Amino acid sequence: MNKMPKWADAVLIPLISILLAFFFSGLVIWAIGKDPVVAIKTMVQGAFGSTSGISYTLYYATNFIFTGLAVAVAYHARLFNIGGEGQAMLGGLGVTLVCLAVPWPHWMLALPAAMIGGALFGAAWAFIPAWLQAKRGSHIVITTIMFNYIGAALLGYLLTKVLKVPGSMLTESARFPEGAHLPNFSEILAPFGINFSPNAPANMAFFVALLCTFLFWILIWKTRLGYEIRAYGQSETAAKYAGINPSRIVIIAMLISGGLAGLMAINNVMGEAERLIDNAVEGAGFIGIAVALMGRNHPIGILLAALLFGFLYQGGAELSFWESIPRELVVVIQALVIMFTGALDNMVRMPLEKLFVALGKNKKKEA
Amino acid sequence: MDYLTIIQILDSALRLATPLLLTCLAGLFSERAGVVDIGLEGKLLAAAFLAGAAAAVTGSIWIGLLAGVAGSLAFSMLHGLASITFKGDQLISGVALNFLAAGLTVVIGQSWFKLGGRTPSLSGDGRFESWNLPFSDAMAKIPVVGPAYDELISGHTALTYLALLAVPLSWWVLYRSRFGLRLRAVGENPSAVDTAGISVVKLRYAALVIAGVLCGLAGTYLASLAAGFVKDMSAGRGYIALAALIFAKWRPWYALWATLLFGLLEAIGNRYQSIALGDFVIPVQFMQALPYILTVIILAGFVGKAIPPRASGQSYVKER
Repeated sequence: MNKMPKWADAVLIPLISILLAFFFSGLVIWAIGKDPVVAIKTMVQGAFGSTSGISYTLYYATNFIFTGLAVAVAYHARLFNIGGEGQAMLGGLGVTLVCLAVPWPHWMLALPAAMIGGALFGAAWAFIPAWLQAKRGSHIVITTIMFNYIGAALLGYLLTKVLKVPGSMLTESARFPEGAHLPNFSEILAPFGINFSPNAPANMAFFVALLCTFLFWILIWKTRLGYEIRAYGQSETAAKYAGINPSRIVIIAMLISGGLAGLMAINNVMGEAERLIDNAVEGAGFIGIAVALMGRNHPIGILLAALLFGFLYQGGAELSFWESIPRELVVVIQALVIMFTGALDNMVRMPLEKLFVALGKNKKKEA
Repeated sequence: MDYLTIIQILDSALRLATPLLLTCLAGLFSERAGVVDIGLEGKLLAAAFLAGAAAAVTGSIWIGLLAGVAGSLAFSMLHGLASITFKGDQLISGVALNFLAAGLTVVIGQSWFKLGGRTPSLSGDGRFESWNLPFSDAMAKIPVVGPAYDELISGHTALTYLALLAVPLSWWVLYRSRFGLRLRAVGENPSAVDTAGISVVKLRYAALVIAGVLCGLAGTYLASLAAGFVKDMSAGRGYIALAALIFAKWRPWYALWATLLFGLLEAIGNRYQSIALGDFVIPVQFMQALPYILTVIILAGFVGKAIPPRASGQSYVKER
């Protein structure tokens, strides 16, 4: 039964949902006595008005691409992975251990090793909830939430007791060696004669994120495993009849998901901080949920949504600086986006379906 | 560790268990009716903020209580709108509500009070006063029983006693009243309830109203305990209550024991930064993570299986 053309489902509904979310965000800004138009101008100026702003926008977007893809892989298998935050934290630990293990001679060697470290630790943190879901039927949403907290406690312990530099007051690991420094955009673009803000954080990891987006598309739509993941997500019983092993799919999908979340650490830990700090993930794991929902679990959608949230994040920082609107406004926008594109999907969908059915009938009459 | 220390820790455990218990019971009603509620955290936070704000402005925690309950109810109804009326994903709606509360409380709080998201601190009538039960002063002199009565049982605020009272009340409503029977049925097999001519939608909304009120009480309690609202003050308590709910296998009396246990863990963690067992020192972070670890173990089914209500998480569609 095709009630709606495909473009309406893929583009129109998300667009209306996002507009609704932004409309209500504007209302919030207006309600606290600020001018929404000025706010938007400030945000755009802050996010795109300088190379430093662009760099921050892309840096945040890189985080969200990783976590958005992570949520989306699991979602294709009908698994709701809320544990991206914890998996990214553990990924940070993996990256840190790799970077501090040897005095890396060059980032070209350090980056692949750090990617493996981050992905492995992230995947490991997703493995236990995945195994429990597959073998013991424990609900993955609850277990991944629990693992976020357990991960935070674990990292808190490691940072204060194990990784901390002796004698230092700061709860952070030692600085990574020079050779593990990822080139940032200023260093990448300088040979081309483009001047880019040298102290801004966007770095090599952005291109890794783009590569992952492409690989995600191949995996989900062009491989047998991706087909199995989608089949399992559509109907567990049908997948079983087709000879797909459900526990295998659950575990593999979650391992990939956790691995992608863990990969985020090459951006925030290796690329930006160059050491492991407390609360390095800053909620990016949760924003992944909004990004995946908004991007309809499609790589292009996720890329666009991640850029949008990168803009909101950087713009939000400027907003708190210039307009004294707290940064938490971004959390409100994020919540509204999740609400409208996720939970209230039917509110937009049902009237639109009726509209298209009515339009279809009219056409038939004319013909 | 002497007797008085144990009493003090237990007293603190009861204090910390109160918001958990109220929130856990809120989740109990909601999930027993088939509506999964991971938005407990958000409701708690929203209620704490509005209660703190209203109490700070009016100087009365009772008006704060009304505001807190109203805020929590509004969130509950939003959850109902998304997950019952529009048959959206209950988990996603819950996640969205948690973020909405985390963001709005700070944005609005900053706009109202300009204190970086805090509300002005509460004092006097702005907080719940503790109730000294009869004869507590006189009883305090009696050895062993006296301090227990004076410190542990007496001297809590009204909401603690209300929370304790809510346990048998919830049990009675769920297992002895007609409403409770229908509520449980709607969480197990909504189509059967529908066939009997009872509205699934109304029952689920009713459950969310109860959940909203209970979360409102819990949030107000938090604001009163901490003498005002601070950013993110619920600090994962909504999730711990959710954990307790699973731990309690969706039953009221077990909910009491589970939340008391988690309250006790928190109390011990607060009192002792690290606990030494011979040569081995248990780090404070382990104590903080223990409720979550316990929940995972329970969920894994290694210590008795926790089976949720059968229809929980599913929106009810009349014709499939």
